[in-house]
Amino acid sequence: MADLTQAVRRAPLTGLHGGSSTVRLTPAAPASHISLRAGPDAVFALSGALGLDLPTRPKGSASANGRTAIWLGPDEWLVIDENGADLVAIAGSSGALHAATDVSHRNTAIIVAGPGAASAINAGCPQDLSLAVFPVGAGSRTILGKAEIVLLRLAEDTFRVECWRSFSTYVFGMLTEGAEDASA
Amino acid sequence: MSGANRIAGKGRLTPARTARFTFDGKSYTALQGDTVASALLANGVHLLGRSFKYHRPRGILSAGPEEPNALLDVSRDSARRQPNVRATVQEVFDGMKVESQNRWPSLAFDVGAVNDLMSPFFAAGFYYKTFMWPKKAWHGIYEPFIRRAAGLGVAPTEADPDHYASRYAHCDVLVVGAGVAGLAAALAAAEAGARVILVDEQPEVGGALHFDSGLTVNGQPGYDWAQATAARLAAMPNVQVLTRTTAFGYYNHNFVALAERVTDHIAQPDKKLPRERLWQVRAKRVVLATGAIERHMVFPKNDRPGIMLASAGRTFLNHFGVAVGAKVGVYTAHDSAYEAAFDLKRAGVAVAAIVDSRQNPGAEVLAEARRLGIEVLSGHSVINTAGRLRISSMTVARNGGGAAQKIVVDALLVSAGWTPSVHLFSQSRGKLSFEGEKQRFLPGTYAQDSLSVGACNGTDQLQAAIEEALAAGELMARATGAAGGNAVSLSGEAAFEWTGGMIGASEGAGPDTTVKAFIDFQHDVCAKDIRLAVREGMHSIEHIKRFTTNGMASDQGKLSNMHGLAIAAEALDRPIPQVGLTTFRQPYTPVTFGTIISHSRGSLFDPARKTPMHGWEEAHGAEFEDVGNWKRAWFYPKAGENMHEAVNRECRTVRTTAGLFDASTLGKIEVVGPDAATFLNLLYTNAWDTLKPGRCRYGIMTREDGYVYDDGVVGRLAEDRFHVTTTTGGAPRVLHHMEDYLQTEFPHLKVWLTSTTEQWAVIAVQGPKAREIIAPLVEGIDLSPDAFPHMSVAEGKICGVPTRLFRVSFTGELGFEVNVPADYGQAVWEAIWAQAEPLGSCAYGTETMHVLRAEKGYIIVGQDTDGTVTPDDAGVAWAVSKKKADFVGIRGLKRPDLMREGRKQLVGLLTKDPSVVLEEGAQIVADPNQPKPMTMLGHVTSSYWSENCGRSIAFALVAGGRARVGQTLYIPMPDRTIAAEVTDTVFFDKEGARING
Amino acid sequence: MLLIYCPYCEEERSELEFRGAGDAHIARSTNIAAISDEEFEAYFFLRENPKGMIFERWRHIHGCGRFFNAARDTVSDRFVKTYKAGEPKPDLHPAPATAATVETYEALEGDAQ
Repeated sequence: MADLTQAVRRAPLTGLHGGSSTVRLTPAAPASHISLRAGPDAVFALSGALGLDLPTRPKGSASANGRTAIWLGPDEWLVIDENGADLVAIAGSSGALHAATDVSHRNTAIIVAGPGAASAINAGCPQDLSLAVFPVGAGSRTILGKAEIVLLRLAEDTFRVECWRSFSTYVFGMLTEGAEDASA
Repeated sequence: MSGANRIAGKGRLTPARTARFTFDGKSYTALQGDTVASALLANGVHLLGRSFKYHRPRGILSAGPEEPNALLDVSRDSARRQPNVRATVQEVFDGMKVESQNRWPSLAFDVGAVNDLMSPFFAAGFYYKTFMWPKKAWHGIYEPFIRRAAGLGVAPTEADPDHYASRYAHCDVLVVGAGVAGLAAALAAAEAGARVILVDEQPEVGGALHFDSGLTVNGQPGYDWAQATAARLAAMPNVQVLTRTTAFGYYNHNFVALAERVTDHIAQPDKKLPRERLWQVRAKRVVLATGAIERHMVFPKNDRPGIMLASAGRTFLNHFGVAVGAKVGVYTAHDSAYEAAFDLKRAGVAVAAIVDSRQNPGAEVLAEARRLGIEVLSGHSVINTAGRLRISSMTVARNGGGAAQKIVVDALLVSAGWTPSVHLFSQSRGKLSFEGEKQRFLPGTYAQDSLSVGACNGTDQLQAAIEEALAAGELMARATGAAGGNAVSLSGEAAFEWTGGMIGASEGAGPDTTVKAFIDFQHDVCAKDIRLAVREGMHSIEHIKRFTTNGMASDQGKLSNMHGLAIAAEALDRPIPQVGLTTFRQPYTPVTFGTIISHSRGSLFDPARKTPMHGWEEAHGAEFEDVGNWKRAWFYPKAGENMHEAVNRECRTVRTTAGLFDASTLGKIEVVGPDAATFLNLLYTNAWDTLKPGRCRYGIMTREDGYVYDDGVVGRLAEDRFHVTTTTGGAPRVLHHMEDYLQTEFPHLKVWLTSTTEQWAVIAVQGPKAREIIAPLVEGIDLSPDAFPHMSVAEGKICGVPTRLFRVSFTGELGFEVNVPADYGQAVWEAIWAQAEPLGSCAYGTETMHVLRAEKGYIIVGQDTDGTVTPDDAGVAWAVSKKKADFVGIRGLKRPDLMREGRKQLVGLLTKDPSVVLEEGAQIVADPNQPKPMTMLGHVTSSYWSENCGRSIAFALVAGGRARVGQTLYIPMPDRTIAAEVTDTVFFDKEGARING
Repeated sequence: MLLIYCPYCEEERSELEFRGAGDAHIARSTNIAAISDEEFEAYFFLRENPKGMIFERWRHIHGCGRFFNAARDTVSDRFVKTYKAGEPKPDLHPAPATAATVETYEALEGDAQ
């Protein structure tokens, strides 16, 4: 019976693409996400379980083997696994006191790439995205217009913009206008 | 030919590059780079508009953003039309259409000019006196009159087809103004290695160098040096130079808003370009180099077309190559105006005379005037002017009386000296100080990390201004940590050092109360009006300003403030600083709504949040309603059905068969950790430690004051994991409230909160056939009533994907809420629908949900409660634990007012006539015949037609409501009074048997 | 638009990322159920609304999510200090009084020295 009705996944931005001559906007492939919460005592054990050093400095991130952890707050990380790993179970294997909540479907992401990427994001994001202040690897929860986002700088001219799924068309729209203006 | 008054070889525009435009339907040729003002003057047009109050003919007063007079309607096409555009700022582009304003039937013959003759009736403050009574006349007569008379231009009616952009930017040093001082400061800061943004409102940098041909920097003509310096700065990677960009607002913590005009000067702009761009700059340090604005002289009939500021005359000549007249007079109290006469004379224009109100003009300029053969009448004043649509002569007399002589002129250049532009400094909340000797306000105490340099700081001497600016630029750069080593040195030379200046009325401008000596051109305020205000008892400059409307027009008194202040001070016989200065407010010059709104229009005005099943709902004909930012399916009309019929059908179907409802917007918070139950005990009125994993409970959350804040079902998934639901609109605020207590009052608890609202799509399947519908799709959960009773939760699979399955009901029917990861929402919904539809089920929307829950007496927090309702008032006192030692609200609930008798309580209302549906919000009284004002007992909170009950039903908050069950109360409406009986709140299936089906 | 130093993110961020949360250092009684009406009134309702230094709470809601405290001058909007929740109220010497206080709004405008 189940095979007759095996549900298919529909990501919110499927099929969308956009940008301008200097910025490319691409929905990121679905990935596992957890909101990971833990005190400082658990960082070592969780790092071991996740196979990366959980960042402990503001705006820090760490990546290994398609898995990225972004410091969001002093006891909070967003962990993303592009290979779809069961991050709740992996964090659970650490044995340390923590809370891992699956937000894989809450979050969706847009890759903003190109020489105008920072300008496009600055159309709605008030953070200083100069390389000195927001270097490659920096990540932060912030806002884009009227939506909350998590911003991660993947390369000098490439960002990952995470947002909640119902805000994703708005975020994509803001970035589209920002991208257009960044190429003006 | 770009105008008869263009002088060959003068100016910086290229004669071969022309542009055509029309003014009031007549075609003119301009040069590219012309402003509308310079182009019209080149063509001999001085009459540009009619004044606001008296409809007096007006021309061009200035050559810059301070212009109060020359406001025009400029359009590119019918949708791209903008009123009140300053002719001195707007650049001409090929094909532009310009119209004058505030005149009928034509600019040269304007019927409204009768107001000028009637002016004794329009004295200052006449609004306040004339429109007082009778009260009845306000709507019919006064308001339409004021509305028609108010404002010069006519707002466009078509939607704005342009788009606008915005950009946040950060820098170490923001330099506002790119005259000599601003360029020097920017250069010093940039060479020190700071991140610099330099902005200037004009198309090119240079500021006063546009007109002041007597200045050189490093031996180079000033204007040329400025362009070269801007190019050098623009080439540096750490510098951004923005021209056509106005710093219009200086806000807290060095937040400066800039408006960049991107396409308004281009004939065929690239459609991708925004018309304007809003820059929101956060600067570590700000250098203000905003210069100074020349003041006009206040003398009788000083508003005729052809009378303009001396610096404007020089700008038109030296930058645009336009002579403002063939026989030009000068009336001044300051040396700077002499240089206008010198420039004109050297360019071959006749200079009638320099009239100087001072007895002793500066010796250097006097000598130069003599050398050039220009007559100087020192110690004289202009006491009158003539010329209907353009000045034709001035009447001059020696100060203190004496024979008057009439001098023929066709233009008159005036200068009373220079007012430092302290607008942005004042906006930054800096305190001004008054410099008595030069009668001017200068930056005093700084409130933010900024410095003023050059003319806006009162530093008049060129080399001093340069050195001050270089020092400030470097100092500010160093303060931000810049460590670059390139020192900058510049030397500047001026042809003449200037002296002089005056504020207030000149000879001949009163005290005769009929003399029109204008101080505020845009609002037609004269010197006599200020004096009248003082006579009528206004002693504060703020009152004088509002009484006369001086400085309240769109130019915000850039020219008039100091004159008004000086005249008021004289009339009050008090020193100027004691009379005070009105505060300068943002924006410095008008900013379009488009720029301020920028991206926030159309689909980006507000996020439109859609659930994962939105596409299916749309395809199945759902009407949507806005709930917060969410688009929720409201009802699903079938062909030919109206809303009422659709909702009735949906309501019947759910209770007879089953219905599917998209509950995804329900707020969800995952509460995880060993202290999760303890934390929920503190945040909800209920007890949670007794809730077993796999079970759910309805929870009530109160605020500390004891009033209901939110409600929802909480499921315990494991000892240390709860799935909390909140109201749709309440999710972010409830999470914020929980975080507040967790972080600041109970930080010792080991528990964490995560919003999972959007992680889960929620499909409510409600009705007698609900189990039959989902059972074939569910794996790993025994759905039998004994194994999975009402208020259960289990994790398993549905359609092969993980689900958190709740057996809960907001309808009173057998019900399930299927939670699946959101991206699977639509697929699972479709699979459930495929099961449900053949059984005769329907999809239902929020309206049916509301009716069904009301039939069962279930409240909606925020509809049946309003922030002053206790759990007991709402009839859910059973959810308040009596055993707990603490929870948020425990003390508030014990306040005397919350425990007293007679509080408003939620009850049911059944109208005597069952077909009458009450209006939500309607007031309720005991006796409809009592005298007014009636004693109101409460109001209707929810009211519907209940198809399942075959009658209307309602909830109401009524004083002492539960004791009134059985009583008849009345709802007075405009057309009738409705009688209703007070009942309990459950209208359907009172035994509650169906929910356990 | 304020610029607020978040003591957790150790960086100044735009006010857009924050939400104000009222007065700081108002302790909720650990025995709140037993306090008197007067004590509850003081705890829940009564606030100083000072002209000058205020100790207030902010949450970096669109950043690290943390609540923290700030000492801010309500006249100038200048932040004297921000510090983590739970840290003691700093002993700040009030800024010396400036010119004599003028009580009307109009008179406050652009009061020249």
